[in-house]
Amino acid sequence: MQFLIDNFSLLWDAFLTTLGLSALAGLLAIVLGTLLAAARVGPIPPLRGLATFYVEVFRNTPLTVVFFFLIFGLPQIDIILGFYTGAVLSLGLYTAAFVCEAVRSGINSVAAGQAEASRAIGLTFGQSLREVVLPQAFRTVVPPLGNVIIAMVKNSSIAAGFAISELSSLLPRLVNADAGQLTAILLGVVIGYMLITLPLAFVVHRVERRVAILR
Amino acid sequence: MTAPVLFDIPGPKARARIRIGTVIGSVLILGLIAVVLIRLAANGQLEGQRWAVLFDPRTGVPQTLGRALVNTLQVAAVGMVAATIVGLLLAVGRLSDHRAVRWLVGAYIEFFRAIPLLVVIFALYFLLPKYGVELTAYQALTGGLVLYNSAVLAEIFRAGILSIDKGQSEAAYGIGMRKSQVMTLILLPQATRRMLPVLIAQLVVLLKDSSLGFIIGYFELLRGARSLVEFFSVSFGNTYTFQLYVAAALIYIVINVMLSQLARYVEKRTRRNKKAAAVGALDMPLDVQMESAAKP
Repeated sequence: MQFLIDNFSLLWDAFLTTLGLSALAGLLAIVLGTLLAAARVGPIPPLRGLATFYVEVFRNTPLTVVFFFLIFGLPQIDIILGFYTGAVLSLGLYTAAFVCEAVRSGINSVAAGQAEASRAIGLTFGQSLREVVLPQAFRTVVPPLGNVIIAMVKNSSIAAGFAISELSSLLPRLVNADAGQLTAILLGVVIGYMLITLPLAFVVHRVERRVAILR
Repeated sequence: MTAPVLFDIPGPKARARIRIGTVIGSVLILGLIAVVLIRLAANGQLEGQRWAVLFDPRTGVPQTLGRALVNTLQVAAVGMVAATIVGLLLAVGRLSDHRAVRWLVGAYIEFFRAIPLLVVIFALYFLLPKYGVELTAYQALTGGLVLYNSAVLAEIFRAGILSIDKGQSEAAYGIGMRKSQVMTLILLPQATRRMLPVLIAQLVVLLKDSSLGFIIGYFELLRGARSLVEFFSVSFGNTYTFQLYVAAALIYIVINVMLSQLARYVEKRTRRNKKAAAVGALDMPLDVQMESAAKP
């Protein structure tokens, strides 16, 4: 226990790194994912193709490979991101594909009559998407979207393999501690993740109940 | 995509606008591709000889990548089989009539789904040796994959079992079957068939997760590519770095796209199958990353 108190600042810094990484990547993922979803249901074929291609590629690539590419591959063509930026981008770009799929399934779940009605009163594609369809879609995708984000927080642990000192990286770093101390650190790491995911799950649940549409 | 409901069947004006959009979009995409190609060419990354190394057996590259791929597939195969078996047992335990069993299994499932897979693998690899259990990187990786995926698969199987029409188990009890018989002869076969596409989709996730072995130094595909890069960098510098990373990424993408397509195909077949029709709505656990699972 004493060991945990001694290393509290280490644990706290790692926790903040994980939190910051997740927040930035989550923001990127939600914005990009929504744009991708709009492109996928939109009327312009090349954008539709591009978005579909993006989603297929990122969904089928291991996140480790994405990290690897952005951090070790891009410098080969003179784009040097640095570890932290690389980690945020990898996590965000990867998660955007899953956000896109979640939002798209939400758009598909909005009753066709809604879109038809908004077309009938003369709204354009952009207007009907912004004013009618997406607000309803976001309500139905709160639970899957929340799960995508929670999965992303867990996935942020992969940054440990790429020189980011976030929560998981404490285990290999403090590997020379004795059994009891390392167990304490593991406990601290697990609690650190739960401090992010459990409140997130709680908020998602509350928001879901608040905004749910009764059909 | 179904018939477009979000926008009208375009009239002449809209068609013209879409054409303009198409042109602008295409130009943007082509421009992006061109920029990438120019960047690559400027660095000499497109030279044929740099790519030829991937297929030249004399350099040992195909062999090493092949060996690494076999290692990756081995971890995925062993992990999937073990996780399926453990997951089935857990699902049955989760639906047990005994509260203690239900509670214990529930705690196991929730715990392993709540913490990152990498933390589980780190715990197996770095912590267990402190208690006298030495695991190789392979064992730690496979162990972590099994612990995590068995928890996810248990939830999948549970959803599958619960989705089987009640009449099935009632009829089975009615002709005098015992609990274990109802489970093994009636519910599990139907649930497994129903869950087959999701199982394949989970295999994609597992295959992707096997790349975590890179971080603890297991010689899987990514580590294989990395070791080749390090080997070549001694005499050639970074000449082949980019090509090797692209090769590793492409192998993953090709395998996973094939598996995803298989999952989609199996799902279509299952939906057409009348024998599998006697089921209720499917309530999938939400962290299952499958397109069709997200649809209502």
